[in-house]
Amino acid sequence: MSMMTESDRSEDPGGTAESADVVLARSSAQMAELASKHAATPQEGKPVVLSMKGVSVSYSGTKAVRDVDMDIHKTLVTAFIGPSGCGKTTLLRSLNRMNDLIPGASVDGTITYHGHDLNAPGVDPVEVRRRIGMVFQRPNPFPKSIYDNVAFGLRLHGMKDNLDDRVEKALRQAALWDEVHNRLKSSGLSLSGGQQQRLCIARALAIEPDVVLMDEPASALDPIATQRIEDLVAELKNDYTIVIVTHNMQQAARVADMTAFFSVDVNETGRCGVLVEHAPTVELFTRPKDDRTEAYVTGRFG
Amino acid sequence: MSAEVNPLTVITPRSRRRRRVGRIMEGVATSAALLAIVVLGIVIVSVARKGLPAVNADFFTKNPVPFGQTGGGIENAIVGTLIMTAMATAIAVPVGVLIAIYDTEFAPPQVAEMIRLALNVLAGVPTIVIGIFIFGLLVAGSGQSAIAASIGLSIVMLPVIARATEEVLALVPTALREGGMALGATRARTVITIILPTAVGGILTATIVAVARAAGETAPLLFTSSIFANTVVTDVHQAMASIPLTIFVDSESPSVADQQTAWAAALVLMTCVLVAGIIGRLLSLRTRRQIERAR
Repeated sequence: MSMMTESDRSEDPGGTAESADVVLARSSAQMAELASKHAATPQEGKPVVLSMKGVSVSYSGTKAVRDVDMDIHKTLVTAFIGPSGCGKTTLLRSLNRMNDLIPGASVDGTITYHGHDLNAPGVDPVEVRRRIGMVFQRPNPFPKSIYDNVAFGLRLHGMKDNLDDRVEKALRQAALWDEVHNRLKSSGLSLSGGQQQRLCIARALAIEPDVVLMDEPASALDPIATQRIEDLVAELKNDYTIVIVTHNMQQAARVADMTAFFSVDVNETGRCGVLVEHAPTVELFTRPKDDRTEAYVTGRFG
Repeated sequence: MSAEVNPLTVITPRSRRRRRVGRIMEGVATSAALLAIVVLGIVIVSVARKGLPAVNADFFTKNPVPFGQTGGGIENAIVGTLIMTAMATAIAVPVGVLIAIYDTEFAPPQVAEMIRLALNVLAGVPTIVIGIFIFGLLVAGSGQSAIAASIGLSIVMLPVIARATEEVLALVPTALREGGMALGATRARTVITIILPTAVGGILTATIVAVARAAGETAPLLFTSSIFANTVVTDVHQAMASIPLTIFVDSESPSVADQQTAWAAALVLMTCVLVAGIIGRLLSLRTRRQIERAR
């Protein structure tokens, strides 16, 4: 069931009447495909880029996500999945100090980047974000030309030599060059939603970051634009370490090497996100260790 | 109940009364709205009828003539108003925009609220009070000057610009701020390179509205720039003539020619303010549409 798409569901008039055998047969076929696409232990031999130890993020004293221990490995795609309100976006934003911008937000525990504490006194968030870029849920191009959108970060960081070449390279990396090379001067807002999102990716890549954080980058896009973004992610992991938040399990199964499943823990003090399981994608989807993970990936909840 | 009676169309005394009250309320509200337009229309028509005969090329290019003579114009007042309003704008726009930036981008919420309150109070301070304040501060002892007048006018403009700029800055989507920060821009850099260019149309609108307001202000000028010569003055350390004071002074003159001048000056001032108001309105609509697109 986990691999079922919306269209599969609508083609099935009986809905839940499908027999367990059919579900199992289909899902095992999909799992085999999944296993063939991803290595069993993709993290082996890859150095740790970001490491979280006992990380909790609170808004005005209320914990949104707590006690996360996780390592993010170099040049892999790590997906954060889980139901709404499980803190996956909140945790992602703490990886490049974007939570600084929210009044009342605070991070406990330690997040290290190549061994350096991200939240240590004296750390400049500007330097953090220069190395750990971010792509947002809704495309947010600046109301400037396509060229200036990409050149913005380059100018900011004094990377002004060969500006044209750098802009072209970033747009090519984001698979947007062919569509926009003859209208670089037109507004970034004149592009379609999917193109705008690739422009935002190009903008993030232009300053040559080490890590790219993506917060549900395709959730505002149609299926075709979504597929282009996913293809792009697969391409980019050769050079970049990518962390992608998605509420879409299929997307995680398609693009991620490692998957972290978050859930919501409800108790008398309120609701709080927790990391349930972090494992290679194949393992998490085929042999989940935790009942909650299994329930989620088989579509029993979420 | 007989079959012919439709319960949906039955008219009872009660429903008749309710309908009547509804109609009266609608009528009263509509006439109040019409009244505003009618008053504006009467003002425009009567000022135009009395002022138009005196408006000609000389009116804009000649200075006032001595009492009792006919002809002449209000060049000195036009130049004075232009210079003083320009100086006031040069003071009020940077300060007002900076206040708005501080308020929307940097200030803690409580501080921002306090500043907003202060600006609202400042906007409500009678301009005659601002006039006497500037008189006590800058004029008493050292004499009237266009500079003192401009400072007085800039105090009138400041809250208008600051509040309107704040409104348009608040419209700029948070996503754009985050986009800038995520690329490693500092807050100040994000404001200068992304937020302000997005909001520039709105700031321009605020400026036009404030200029229109300042150009028609009379009270601050009474104390700071009311003893002026009948010639064009460009020295900002001296008092300059202005259109509002020309209207004020000439309308009280026993000379019919002077009274005619006052009406014509009123027509010129009113036309400028109306045109500025319409341009400001159009610009503001355009800016809002542009910002909507960026959302």
